[in-house]
Amino acid sequence: MTSPAKPASLWEYANPVRFMRLSDWLLPVTAVAAAVLTGIGLVWGFFFTPDDFRQGSTVKIVFLHVPAALMAINAWIMMLVASLIWLIRRHHVSALAAKAAAPVGAVMTVIALYTGAVWGQPIWGTWWVWDPRLTSFLILFLFYLGYIALWSAIEDADTAADLTAVLCLVGSVFALLSRYAAFFWTQGLHQGASLSLQPGTRMDWAYKAPLYIAMVGFGLIFVALLLAGTRAEIRARRMKALVARERMQG
Amino acid sequence: MNAILIRDLRLAFRAGGGFGLGLGFFLILAVLVPLGVGPAPQVLAVIAPGILWVGALLACLLSLDRIFALDHEDGSLDLLATAPVPLEGVVAVKALAHWLVTGLPLVLAAPVLGVLLNLPAPAYGWLVLSLLLGTPALSVIGAFGAALTVGLKRGGLLMSLLVLPLYVPTLVFGAEVVTRGAAGLSIATPLALLAGITAGSAALLPFAAALALRINLR
Repeated sequence: MTSPAKPASLWEYANPVRFMRLSDWLLPVTAVAAAVLTGIGLVWGFFFTPDDFRQGSTVKIVFLHVPAALMAINAWIMMLVASLIWLIRRHHVSALAAKAAAPVGAVMTVIALYTGAVWGQPIWGTWWVWDPRLTSFLILFLFYLGYIALWSAIEDADTAADLTAVLCLVGSVFALLSRYAAFFWTQGLHQGASLSLQPGTRMDWAYKAPLYIAMVGFGLIFVALLLAGTRAEIRARRMKALVARERMQG
Repeated sequence: MNAILIRDLRLAFRAGGGFGLGLGFFLILAVLVPLGVGPAPQVLAVIAPGILWVGALLACLLSLDRIFALDHEDGSLDLLATAPVPLEGVVAVKALAHWLVTGLPLVLAAPVLGVLLNLPAPAYGWLVLSLLLGTPALSVIGAFGAALTVGLKRGGLLMSLLVLPLYVPTLVFGAEVVTRGAAGLSIATPLALLAGITAGSAALLPFAAALALRINLR
């Protein structure tokens, strides 16, 4: 499976001991980097950017809204990849990482929905509309809830990992379908993407720079929380194994 | 395969088999909505397509846990899993039985309930057609949800939570067909997408459901 010549292979970290050793130093590094970058991005964004011509200072919520929305989707994609790796290679750490990513993604979805509502109230005049983007985020949130609920409902760890992985695969297809269904259904109020990789800028660098920093910061927050969550899951399993062994002896 | 289908149908139609359950729920919903919303015909005409589709969806949801739960309790699911027929086929047949018992009566009852909800005249045909095309998807997706939660003691609520977001595209396209039909617009696109969802789920989801069942029966 893994050749000794390439010690940095992903498959090496299927071994929880190796994963723990790696995350032992990676976790503090990413946590500090996440705190610093998110702090810089948000403080710069909130206090050192000019007010928008039309939207005033409300526009600054974008520095929370966009990174959270980005990570809400990316967390699901990460779960999808992790579920595939678990199903195909029985990579135990991968299954636990998918489990640890779900609550983080759910919270990111809530942040995106909440900041969107707070921004929408003064600008659109409503907290909530059944706009395609808003609707697909609400559905994404339901998927997260179902995924988390399924994990917690099943007692046997490997069964839970298998079933949630299958749910994640099927759910991804339907989440994508729902998104297109919602766009088909109504055109909606939400503006198009403010950031794009294509040339032709819609956003000034005065906003873009802190936004990019906040996005990287949120990405690192996700990685840090993911590592911490996975470590907690591995430790919880070790505890269970230890308790079981003690019972056997005693 | 035929034997499984006939057995499931016979079990459903016998007393306590839950045949009328979905239909009764659909009827109650269609009667309660005008009482709650008020009898204004133009209001009812606007919401009728959505209410009928939501009603059909919830009626389907109500009886989903019967697909595998009873067989799991008395052990016949283990026998089916070890039988020479492929488990994927068993899942497909059981979803078909669920549709014949729940979905088909809803399709037949929907025009009558459409009258109660003052559905505009041009929409009746599209209502029946969209339900006919869409409800099989509800049964197959539901069979997948039921397969995921089959071993759990209180799986009903969890299954609803899992299945509800999976039902969204079917509901959106199905209700859109009827709404457009009522307004006299072109319905080709949502109808094709609805048929596509049904065909896709019927072809692929039995495999996912059979996989989930195997994991649960391990």
